[in-house]
Amino acid sequence: MPAGVPFPRLRAMADPGALLEPLIPALRRYAYALLHDHAAADDLVQDTLERALSRWSSRRADGELRAWLFAILRNLHIDAYRQARRRGAEVEIDEVDHRETATRQEAALEARDVLAALEQLAEEQKSLLLLIGVEDFSYEETARVLGVPIGTVMSRLSRARQRLRSIVELGPVALLRRVK
Amino acid sequence: MTGEDVPIGEDELQAFVDERLDGPRRDAVEAHLARHPELRERIAAERRQRASLRAQLQGKAAEPIPARLRIATIQAARRARLARRMSLVAAAVAIFVVGGSVGWFAKGLRPALVAQAPTTAVAQGAAAAYRTFVVEVAHPVEVSVAQETHLLQWLSKRLGHKLEAPDLAPFGYRLMGGRLLPGGSGAAAQLMYEDTAGKRLTLYVRAADGTETAFRFQQDGDAATFAWIDQGFGFAVTAMASREELLPIAEAVYKGLTPKG
Repeated sequence: MPAGVPFPRLRAMADPGALLEPLIPALRRYAYALLHDHAAADDLVQDTLERALSRWSSRRADGELRAWLFAILRNLHIDAYRQARRRGAEVEIDEVDHRETATRQEAALEARDVLAALEQLAEEQKSLLLLIGVEDFSYEETARVLGVPIGTVMSRLSRARQRLRSIVELGPVALLRRVK
Repeated sequence: MTGEDVPIGEDELQAFVDERLDGPRRDAVEAHLARHPELRERIAAERRQRASLRAQLQGKAAEPIPARLRIATIQAARRARLARRMSLVAAAVAIFVVGGSVGWFAKGLRPALVAQAPTTAVAQGAAAAYRTFVVEVAHPVEVSVAQETHLLQWLSKRLGHKLEAPDLAPFGYRLMGGRLLPGGSGAAAQLMYEDTAGKRLTLYVRAADGTETAFRFQQDGDAATFAWIDQGFGFAVTAMASREELLPIAEAVYKGLTPKG
């Protein structure tokens, strides 16, 4: 895109606040849906915004700001999860996670709480359902956030929806089959 | 199955769930679902769940943005952090510069520095001070010889040692004045002399431990230093001179400064 070449500098100088703030409500929603914890979600959003500001000038001019921001948030989230695992907290977290989600799952069955069912999906499946289904990201934008080809987005989206459906419908059975 | 049943892709089903299909394809998917009850039920469930997820998360996006997530807040915090880091960098640079210059002086004095003898420390301090101020044209001294009495009283008081300016006229040097410097754990005094050719010589005095009374000679580039310790004080005479030229001056200073008996 040769026409885009002279613009990076101009765009880099644009006030970050005016461009970022309209996206914060959606970032908070995505973070909350990933973490199921209001305070932790806002911590993640704060880290995301700090990272975005520190890399503001290196932002690609032709890249879409929204996809760029959500990708930063998702990568920070994944890194934090990996770090928690590396610290040896894996077993403990999984146990707590199981018991908690099992309890919530029963409630979810009655209330048809899709949000609680979502919690049992792998991160990538969560992100697919949230970005496409809630944030109205295009498949292409979603592919950019997840760092996968667009065709992969389509096939994995289908699988994520099946998985969510089976959790909502079958509940505990699906929970027991949850082996990664 | 009829001939009108156009093949439907999974991607189209997903786009249908997401309400992203337009006119003809949307109609085609709906027709297809009408003929396949099981699939219709699955897609209906997926649409319900999508709508339910959106509804449950709607409130989150409607919340006002917390103050700590405002861009102005984050930018202010970033600037403060940056300023703090810059001052740390400045401090590190200052330490490096000081360390660097000490190293530079030390290098000329001794290639391998081991545990410093007190005389060596005095000689180094003297040489460093000499290097710093002997090149000064505008302010070689803090207090000039015009106020010699005041100068010596001031330096003596700060040093805790009665200081007299030795008369070095026999060697062609006359007193210019002096200044106070940091030296070791306390203060150091530097008296500066100059000959008619503009060559300068300094006498450096500061508190120092040790009982070594022997003269220690050190050469720092062109500058030569004789240092010694006497009664809790270190003395050093530094000049652009050879060892032979400097030794008699150092001896004269030693005799002039040290109380007899």
